[in-house]
Amino acid sequence: MMEKSNLEKVLSLGEFAVTAELGPPKGADGQKVKEKARLLKDVADAVNITDCQTAIVRMSSIASAKLIMDEGLEPIVQMTTRDRNRIALQSDLLGAAALGINNILCLTGDHPKFGNHPEAKPVFDLDSIQLSLMLKRMRDDKLFLNGEELHGAPNFFIGAVANPFADPFDYRAVRLAKKIEAGADFIQTQIIYNVEKFFDWMAQVREMGLDKKVHILAGVAPVKSAGMAKYMKKNVPGMDVPDWVIERMEAAGKEGAKEEGIKICVEIIEKVKNIDGVHGVHIMAIEWEDAVGPIAEAAGLLPRPKY
Amino acid sequence: MIVAEAKSLGKIKEMLASHKRVLVSGCNTCMAVCFAGGEKEAAVLAASLRMAFKIDGVDIEIKEMSVQRQCEKEFTEPLKGGAADFDAVLSLGCGAGVNALADMLTDTIVYPGVDTKFIGITESEGVWASRCSACGECILDQTAGICPINRCAKNILHGPCGGSQGGSCEISRDIPCVWQLIIDRMKRLGIMDKLGGIRPLKDWSAGLNPSKVTKDERDK
Repeated sequence: MMEKSNLEKVLSLGEFAVTAELGPPKGADGQKVKEKARLLKDVADAVNITDCQTAIVRMSSIASAKLIMDEGLEPIVQMTTRDRNRIALQSDLLGAAALGINNILCLTGDHPKFGNHPEAKPVFDLDSIQLSLMLKRMRDDKLFLNGEELHGAPNFFIGAVANPFADPFDYRAVRLAKKIEAGADFIQTQIIYNVEKFFDWMAQVREMGLDKKVHILAGVAPVKSAGMAKYMKKNVPGMDVPDWVIERMEAAGKEGAKEEGIKICVEIIEKVKNIDGVHGVHIMAIEWEDAVGPIAEAAGLLPRPKY
Repeated sequence: MIVAEAKSLGKIKEMLASHKRVLVSGCNTCMAVCFAGGEKEAAVLAASLRMAFKIDGVDIEIKEMSVQRQCEKEFTEPLKGGAADFDAVLSLGCGAGVNALADMLTDTIVYPGVDTKFIGITESEGVWASRCSACGECILDQTAGICPINRCAKNILHGPCGGSQGGSCEISRDIPCVWQLIIDRMKRLGIMDKLGGIRPLKDWSAGLNPSKVTKDERDK
């Protein structure tokens, strides 16, 4: 049996975990991945590598993951069902495991309509819940989906996502329960700005006893500008950006925007950190990787434990 | 029914420009209902083509002959003789109709005059919407009669996903989230228990093409 991932150790030992995010480049230059990786070293327990996020073609998440491992970071490989059927998914998962990648985040993925190849044929052979189920079967039962035996089983630490801000609200915790039943070991949530609504969702989660079955990492992201906050509020489905975020960013002006964005992010971390059942934060500073260190530092999350 | 959209006059002219005698054939069932290629549309299109080619100074003879259903031999037999004098047929049937005519008219070129869109319904006057993907293995018993295979952009079997907001799908505010519709209907019918649990992976092979249904085998 392969060793547990660092993230799994951190969470299973009851430490408050920190994960970050890295978007691979739109090109073949591996140095770009390594440069970003260096910005995230020692500030997070593991780093998500996105899988062609918003359906825009980028370097593969598994190849990028290997590049950051060479820099001494631990990856969480995001895997969507948008572009690969069950044959390709299982094959890529075995390859990832062979490279020593244990953390896999199961996603359905953004629809190609949002991306830079909207004419592509979407795959969606299975959905994210069924993907978790497939990983669990490969790890626990040592079987392919078709029941054939796996020679050399992977040791996945299975991740899934949850969006407390999508509708219908009363169904969100029920859907989380399905993800846990399907095998999710940890959950990363949608970016939280509306802390009150997240609090209500966590209350539902605790009421169903789900916080005892899975590690929930609260998703946060620093806002770069008032414009970005407005854009997310208006245009990103499933995002809940309260007016106070926009107002504070506007008040900070152009000069103080980045500083204010980081300050808001730290305040949100401090609020969600104390919610019963939250076992970590997932800091998404997309194309602003050097913000993760200062945020983690200001939120009192450094240094990170090493196992 | 099958729903289609007429191809543009420009595209059709390009297809036909090299011919001398063209027969426009409407299909008077589905294509008439969605106003894409029934008998009436065939007559209007033939007249438009005659006029357009005349303006261009291109000499093409265009006649029309519509049938009730191009997908059934019983109805297409008259076309066999009718097409003999023409060097091309423009079918306003759905893709199945075009194929059926091409199978039958072995020595005549057959062109499509419509773009076949989906199996669907008339939503309101002049508006049609898809409802069935012909996936080969119906799961509507599990989803309160509302199809996520057809109406969820990501074919999700455990929806609504994180992009469902205010009853709309993440890909467009004008598209309802089908899983919200399913949940609303299940609540109304008191069958929310059907929503629970994890669904098995779908067997997509049941709906793959090429495909055939044979009555004798089906009845076994």
